[in-house]
Amino acid sequence: MSTVVLLTVTGLGLAALYFLVASGLSLIFGLMGVLNFAHGAFLTIGAYGTWWASENLPGAGSGGWGFALAVAFGVAVGTVVAALIELLLIRPLYERHIEQVLVTVGLSLALVALVRAIWGADPRPFPAPAWAEDTTSVLGASVPNDRFLLIGSAVVVLLAVLAFLRYTRFGLVIRAGVENRSMVTALGIDVRRAFTLVFALGGAFAALAGALGGVYLGSISPGQGTSLLIFAFIVVVIGGMSSITGAAVAAVLVGLVQQFANYYAASGVGDLSVVLLLAVVLLTRPGGLTARVA
Amino acid sequence: MSRKLTRLAPLVVLVVLAVLPFSTLQVPGLFDGVLNSPGTLQLLALCLLFGGVALSYDLLFGFTGLLSFGHALYFAAGTYVANLALTQLGWGLGAALALTTAVGVVLPLLVGGVALRVSGIAFSMVTLAIAQVGSIVVLRDPGGLTGGEEGLALDRSNVPDAFVGVLNTVNLYWLALAYLALVYVVVAWVTGSRAGRVWQAIRENERRVEVLGLRPYPFKLVVFALAGLLAALGGVVHLLLLGGSTPRTTTADFTLGLLVMVVLGGAGSRWGAVLGGVLYTYLDSRLTDLASSAAVQDLPAWLRVPLSEPLFLLGSLFVLVVFFVPGGIAGLVARLRERRAGRRPGAPAGGATPPPGRVVEQLRETASRGVGVGAGGPRDGV
Repeated sequence: MSTVVLLTVTGLGLAALYFLVASGLSLIFGLMGVLNFAHGAFLTIGAYGTWWASENLPGAGSGGWGFALAVAFGVAVGTVVAALIELLLIRPLYERHIEQVLVTVGLSLALVALVRAIWGADPRPFPAPAWAEDTTSVLGASVPNDRFLLIGSAVVVLLAVLAFLRYTRFGLVIRAGVENRSMVTALGIDVRRAFTLVFALGGAFAALAGALGGVYLGSISPGQGTSLLIFAFIVVVIGGMSSITGAAVAAVLVGLVQQFANYYAASGVGDLSVVLLLAVVLLTRPGGLTARVA
Repeated sequence: MSRKLTRLAPLVVLVVLAVLPFSTLQVPGLFDGVLNSPGTLQLLALCLLFGGVALSYDLLFGFTGLLSFGHALYFAAGTYVANLALTQLGWGLGAALALTTAVGVVLPLLVGGVALRVSGIAFSMVTLAIAQVGSIVVLRDPGGLTGGEEGLALDRSNVPDAFVGVLNTVNLYWLALAYLALVYVVVAWVTGSRAGRVWQAIRENERRVEVLGLRPYPFKLVVFALAGLLAALGGVVHLLLLGGSTPRTTTADFTLGLLVMVVLGGAGSRWGAVLGGVLYTYLDSRLTDLASSAAVQDLPAWLRVPLSEPLFLLGSLFVLVVFFVPGGIAGLVARLRERRAGRRPGAPAGGATPPPGRVVEQLRETASRGVGVGAGGPRDGV
């Protein structure tokens, strides 16, 4: 029983990580039609930003509010980088989707290589707060606290995004833009401001996922973002490309399947069964879980 | 006259490349040793090999408009399957090649069967996810078969003597050249055939192909399988050239490298893709040498650090090409030729076939029409 509880909570923690990455991807894809390959690089930037801040930023550190400050710094760096990239590189290629994707591919290679050039390819120990490494007893299983941190953050982000989309003017523009962009533009609304906002938001979520991924894994390395990104892609496709709730459901599904298969079958089987899950979903519902069946 | 020359050009290039190893020319700056030194020949062979692999990728991306992010899977399958057959099973090269060919056909058929159920960006994501399985399997080292991160060294006892040893690098060079020629001939032949026209029509407007009464799915599956097979054969050449298989060939970065090659050279152009592959491989290798050279080591840190990562420079170069040279090198050449011919720049070159290199712009239409799954439905008021 305790194993099942531990696996479930860990699976949900992993799902939270996937959701944080996938939500940004799916917002960006839904509104802009851009598959953002640089998302993994944003994640790496967020992780390294947090790590750098905890050692160099006054007041930041690995404990208490210092850690929150370090994470805030990492997220801020990720947000700024994403906003700049949207303004300087994505916006000039307006309506040229394939080229926008190609630019993010180039960026993903260049940014990760730059991080590797500056801080080296070896994993760096991540300054996780001490309380995150303690365990809490849940139904007889001792669960590391960082799982709760991950799940809590993901739930907060999910609720915040849903509220933002539902109750704000920007959210209205974004929802309308995802549904029919040309109509929104024809109504005289500048969708491009929403683009920048969404891209920056995506960058912020990815950077947050990078910082929390550092807590979860205990160390950070330049290539980490890319490997997480692939599972986030799978989550986005299973969830139905541009649906936030779909991404949340798919993330939980993928995280749990991966954890349980890795434990009860063999290490590595979990990753394979996730792809199998993707194939099954595509063969039965080509539009993903949230696709409206015609 | 000039058209005849253009048609003969690939043959002339082939002959020049074939006799290259007989030259003892010294090319200062470009290569370290004389042209027929083993080190230079090895680098040249790698360049030619990746010219061919890039062309196999262009068959998918440039000619059919299928943006696959999983091409590394077939290349890696080629090197690992051939390696296992030679080293573990102790088969001869011919049998290993036959097995690799079989895998190189069946694997992309299976993957394409699933992935082609979705189109646009979703297709890219699915191919990426499935290729990732290959990477995971190789890295997990099941049963000690793949060697994990160490890679798998090739047991050369079953490889013909002509391909073994430093002195025989020249034979490997010719092998790589033969591979490139094979891919070029196959691609030239299939893209000129009736199926090739359908592929181009799918690239331009898939819905129109459906309206004409053709089912795009089998055509896409065939081109997917063919490109996969050509990549798998490239994997075998890579195996012989390097004397082993490395897990690097399974990664998404490897596929992205192929994409960079094709876009650098010009998507939808045969010689453009080959040139892109050659150029990328050459730069990748030489920039690594440059990073460790004394001249770079003495630079101030803000210059030295980015220069030490070839991938940073290549990625930045790629972004610049996408921005300022749409259509890559082939597109640039086509535009210069138009200008010299006195046509207005930007005007179509005339004739039924659009100039190569404008493909990316043409892909735009496909992308904006229905990226992703479910986008084909009545969404934009269609």
